[in-house]
Amino acid sequence: MSVPLIEVRKASRILGGEVPTTLVADIDLVVAPGEFAAVIGPSGSGKSSLMYLLGLLDVPTSGEVLVDGRPTRALDEDARSALRLSHLGFVFQFHFLLPEFSARDNVLLPMRALGRLAPKAQEARADLLLAELGLKDHGWKRPDQLSGGQRQRVAIARALANEPAVLLADEPTGNLDTASSAQVLRLLREVAAGEGRAVVIVTHDPTIAAQADRTITIVDGRIVGDQARAAG
Amino acid sequence: MNLVLEIALTHVRFRLRQTVVGVLGVATGVGFSVMMASLMEGSQRDFIRQLVDALPHVSVTDERREPPPQPAAAVYQAVAVLGLSTDEKRKGISNPYATIAGLEGWVPGAVAPSVQTKAVARFGGRDTTATVIGIDPRREVKVSQLVTQMRDGTLDGLHKASNAVILGDGLARRIGIRVGNTVTLATADGRAFYAQVTGLFHSGVRQIDENQIYTLLRTAQVLAGRTALINEIRVRVDDAMQAREVAGRIEKLTGYKSVSWQEAHEDLLSAFQIRNAIMIMVVGAILLVASFGTYNIVSTITHEKARDIAIMKSLGFRESVVRRIFVLEAAVIGLGGCLAGFVLGYLLCRGLGLIEFRTGFSDRTGLPLIYEPAHYLLAGGVALASSVIAGYFPARKAARVHPVEIIRGAS
Ligand SMILES: Nc1ncnc2c1ncn2[C@@H]1O[C@H](COP(=O)(O)OP(=O)(O)OP(=O)(O)O)[C@@H](O)[C@H]1O
Ligand SMILES: [Mg+2]
Repeated sequence: MSVPLIEVRKASRILGGEVPTTLVADIDLVVAPGEFAAVIGPSGSGKSSLMYLLGLLDVPTSGEVLVDGRPTRALDEDARSALRLSHLGFVFQFHFLLPEFSARDNVLLPMRALGRLAPKAQEARADLLLAELGLKDHGWKRPDQLSGGQRQRVAIARALANEPAVLLADEPTGNLDTASSAQVLRLLREVAAGEGRAVVIVTHDPTIAAQADRTITIVDGRIVGDQARAAG
Repeated sequence: MNLVLEIALTHVRFRLRQTVVGVLGVATGVGFSVMMASLMEGSQRDFIRQLVDALPHVSVTDERREPPPQPAAAVYQAVAVLGLSTDEKRKGISNPYATIAGLEGWVPGAVAPSVQTKAVARFGGRDTTATVIGIDPRREVKVSQLVTQMRDGTLDGLHKASNAVILGDGLARRIGIRVGNTVTLATADGRAFYAQVTGLFHSGVRQIDENQIYTLLRTAQVLAGRTALINEIRVRVDDAMQAREVAGRIEKLTGYKSVSWQEAHEDLLSAFQIRNAIMIMVVGAILLVASFGTYNIVSTITHEKARDIAIMKSLGFRESVVRRIFVLEAAVIGLGGCLAGFVLGYLLCRGLGLIEFRTGFSDRTGLPLIYEPAHYLLAGGVALASSVIAGYFPARKAARVHPVEIIRGAS
C-alpha cells in the first residue's frame, strides 16, 4: 500500500472542564488512496468529532494525526490551516456557503485563498466543477436562490476546488430527498475513484453505508468495527 | 480584486444601514473637528495679526531690566542698597538719534523715534486719561499701520496746526469730540495745553482706540516737560515672527529694555496654548466617540458572521486573514467617514462664515475661519486610525474563534 492520505495513531480527544468528556478515544485509522469509507454509529457516538480530527479542525489531546505522512499535532494553527486548504475538503450536513457570494464565487473562494492557479485557470476550474455537478446555469445564483440539493452540490464543488487528497463529508445528504442524495452520493463515489483520492462520509443511512467500500463503526467514541465490503 | 478586500466590501455593502450609521458617526466627528480647528486657529491667527499690527513689533524704551549697579556696591561688598529714590521723570534714551542710526544699520525693517507721556484729555466737561505718543510722521509710517488706520483727516494734518493731535475714535466718542474741536490736555504736574483735533484713527483694538493720542514729537516733548526727550524707539521688523530675536539683540547692544510684541502679549499667547490644549482634548474626545461606533458595528458584523468565519477557517483561511477582513471593514467605515466628514466640515465652515458675529474686541463682522488642508488631514488621520484600532479588537476576537464550536452549534 502507498503512503496513507491520513493516518490516525492512538488518538483521543477529551474535553477538559469539571466533568471531562471523552469525544473519541484510542482511534487507530488509516485512510488510503482510492477509498470510499463510511463512518456509522449511533447519535452522539463521536462521528463528527472524529471527522474534525481527520480534518485538522480539532487537535487530539493525545495520539497523532498524520496527513500525507506528516505529523500535525505539533503544528501551529496557521500550518494546520495551510494543510486544510491544500489537502482537505469538507462538506457538512448544512451547506455552509457564504450567503452574499454567488455559487461560482463560493467555489472560487478556496482557490483564491490558495493562489496556486492563475485567476483565469481558477475561473475555468470553477466553471468546470459547476458543470460536472450539474450547476452549469446556476453559477450566478446566491445560496438563497438555490435548492437544498443544489447548495449541497455547490458545497461539494467548493470542497473539491483545490483537488484535496481527502474529502470529508459529515452527513452530506442528511437534509436531502432521495433523488438529491443519490446524486450527491454518486458524485462522491466519482471523486473517490479519482487518482489518489479518498472520501470519508458520515451517515445514518444504511443504504448509503452499504454502497461504501469500507464501513467504520463507532460506539461511545471508540471504533468497534472496520469492515471492507465484500467484493462483488 | 484582492479576496480579503472583496469579502470585507461585501459584508459592508450588505449591511448598508449599519455602515451608513457608522460612516455618519465618523463623519460627524471629523466634520466638527475640522470646523472647530478652523474656528480656533482662524480666530487665533486673526487675533495675533491684530496684535502684530496694533503696536510696533519691538518697542525700545528708556528703562532697563536690571537697575544700574550702585557705585557703593562696587566699592563695598554691599548686599542691599536702601533708601534710593527713583527719578521723578523718565530719563529718556541717551543719544537717541545715534542709537536709531545704529539700529537702522542692521535691523531688517524700520526704526522710528517716539515720546510717550500721559495726559488727561478733557472736552466739554468730560475727560479720560490717555497715552500721548509723539511721533515723526515721516518715519512713523514705516513702523506702524497708522496711515491705513486713519478714519478722519490724515497724518499730515499734524503739521497743519500748532499742537495738532490725532485721537483714537473710541477716545473721541468717549469725550464727545470731533475733528476740528479743541481738546484740553492736562499733565500730571498740573499744566494744561490746548490742542486741535485734526484726525481720528481706528486700529480695531478697543484698548488702543480708547486710549491713544498721536501728536508730533515736539508737542509730546512739551507735554512731558522736556525738550529733546525720546523715550521710546519703535521698530518694525520685516518678518513679525522674528521680533523676539531682534528685540533680544537690540537689548544686548543698547542695554535698553526692548519688548517684542510677543513678550508684550505673553499672557495672551500662553492663553492660546491652553486654548489649543483644550481644543485638542475636545477634538480627540469627539473622534474617540466616533470610533466607538465603528467598534460596535464591527462587533455586530463579527457576531452575525460567526458562521461565515467558521466556514472560512474550516476551508483553511488563516487567522490573520480573517482578522484582516474585519479590520478592513473598520477601515472602510473610517475612510468613508473621513471623506464624508471632509465635506461636512467644509460645509459647516462655509455655513459659519455666513453668520454675522460681532465682538467688542475687534470690528470684524464674521467669524474668523481658515481653510487649512492640515486640519482635514489631521482629523481624517486620527479618525481613520481610531476606527482601525476600534475594529481591530472585535476582529481579533472573531478570528480566534474555533470553527468546530460554531459548526457543532449550527448542525
Ligand atoms: N462541547 C462539548 N461539550 C460537552 N460534550 C460535547 C461537546 N461536544 C460534543 N460533545 C459530546 O460528544 C459526543 C460526540 O459528539 P459528536 O458530535 O461527535 O457525535 P455524532 O456521532 O456526530 O452524533 P450525531 O450523529 O448526532 O451527529 C456527544 O455525546 C456530545 O454530546
Ligand atoms: Mg455529527
